Amino acid sequence: MNEALTLLSFGEQGWGDTIASGVLITVSLALATLPIGLILGFLIALAKNSSEPSLKLAANIYTTIFRGLPELLTLFLVYFGVQIAIQEFIKLLGYDIYFEVNSFVAGMVALPLVFSSYASEAFLSAFNGIPQGQYEGGYALGLSRYKTMRLIILPQLIRLALPALGNLWLILLKETSLVSVIGLADLVREAGIAARVTKEPFLFFGLVLVIYLLLTMISSVGLLHIERWSKRGDAAR
Amino acid sequence: MIAANPSTGMTRPPPPQKKWTNLRIAGHVLMALWILSGLYLLYFLGSNVASPFFQKYWPEYVDGFIVTIQIVSVSLVLGALLSVPIAAGRASKLKIFSWPAYAYVNFFRGTPLLAQAFMVYYGFGSFSEELKAAGLWWFFRDAWYCVIFTFSLNTAAYQAEILRGAIQNVPRGQWEGGEALGLSRNVIFFKIILPQALMVALRPYGNEIILMIKGSAIASIVTIYDLMGETRRAYSRSYDFQAYIWAAVAYLLIVETLRRIWDKIEARLTRHLKR
Repeated sequence: MNEALTLLSFGEQGWGDTIASGVLITVSLALATLPIGLILGFLIALAKNSSEPSLKLAANIYTTIFRGLPELLTLFLVYFGVQIAIQEFIKLLGYDIYFEVNSFVAGMVALPLVFSSYASEAFLSAFNGIPQGQYEGGYALGLSRYKTMRLIILPQLIRLALPALGNLWLILLKETSLVSVIGLADLVREAGIAARVTKEPFLFFGLVLVIYLLLTMISSVGLLHIERWSKRGDAAR
Repeated sequence: MIAANPSTGMTRPPPPQKKWTNLRIAGHVLMALWILSGLYLLYFLGSNVASPFFQKYWPEYVDGFIVTIQIVSVSLVLGALLSVPIAAGRASKLKIFSWPAYAYVNFFRGTPLLAQAFMVYYGFGSFSEELKAAGLWWFFRDAWYCVIFTFSLNTAAYQAEILRGAIQNVPRGQWEGGEALGLSRNVIFFKIILPQALMVALRPYGNEIILMIKGSAIASIVTIYDLMGETRRAYSRSYDFQAYIWAAVAYLLIVETLRRIWDKIEARLTRHLKR
């Protein structure tokens, strides 16, 4: 028991600081993905919700692709694909430099692709929950299309989409673990290194599971608060 | 052609023209991009069918595909069996049953599948002596069994939630109606509640199968040569990017076909609910 505590402690003897830095990377990758994924997902939902068939179809192709591919494969496609593309480009310019894509950046490109295609579905079903009269009311007041969207539709949309988006956040948090495979020093990778060096895999992978559980539990509590906050207008009824 | 009315000489008003709004332009541009990339992909795949890469590796892709299907189907069936007691526990009013089931479901849904697989494959190795003594070492030494074990436990947690949600969503009146007819609880459950619940659960079950197919790519990280594993091996040997392109096409085909078949099945089974 004491040995385990020494291994997990911070400082010279323990792996505490390594694991902590891994947690930081995991969380920051998830947080960096979230805004990109949300904005992209919202735009795709707008396209799917538009009256223009070609735009709808284009958006549907996007979601079909990125919801059909395994996340791991998307990650490899981005990681190696971008690397090869840039390498070719450099060669075209006449230089001979080896270029490696940062795995954090690859994660920040691949994860939003997946996240946004799921988020667009969440936003789309939220769009369906908003009656047509809300738009008409906005136009009747003389608001522009943009202002109607921002002041009338969006606040209601967020409330409707929140439960699904909360779920997607939890999935995203877990998906960041895949980026360890392309070499990002996240929680899983750091724990894997620690497990190999100390020959205590059970201890360190157990720690990983506990930390992920804590992260999802904290997120759930936070999401519950956000949901309650978003519903504060309903309380009067 | 705008024909003139012979009696009045008036021309009919032309049909309203479709205007090139910004949205329409954006949609057409994006579609053009998709079509171009699709055509390029077809050209790329077509020109590479005869390439040495494809000639050399296609049998391995087929093997990988079979392994993936095996992993997914075995895990799904075992998970389905396991999910029944868990769902029953979750729905139970007794805390001795509901708490462990709740903990189980939250544990498997709150942690990444990759970490779970590492835990089983590498972590349990810490107890190799104890496992050898218990005669279980052959099981946890083999990556294949570890993957099946992890995936089954994982999907059981998700399937239990689907099952529980579907059963609890059947209106109370269905139970009461059955009781009013003097049916026993068993008969009510199996003949009235369960069929309706499974009907509702069809869609989430379909999603779970697709999630499982996608999730099974993780098996490749713990040394299983499934479709993804064969892809990674082919890439590491050839450094040819088409390894991943072929895998992407294969996964998309599998998932899309399955989704379409499942939609058909669902439409067929719920045809009495359509009005």
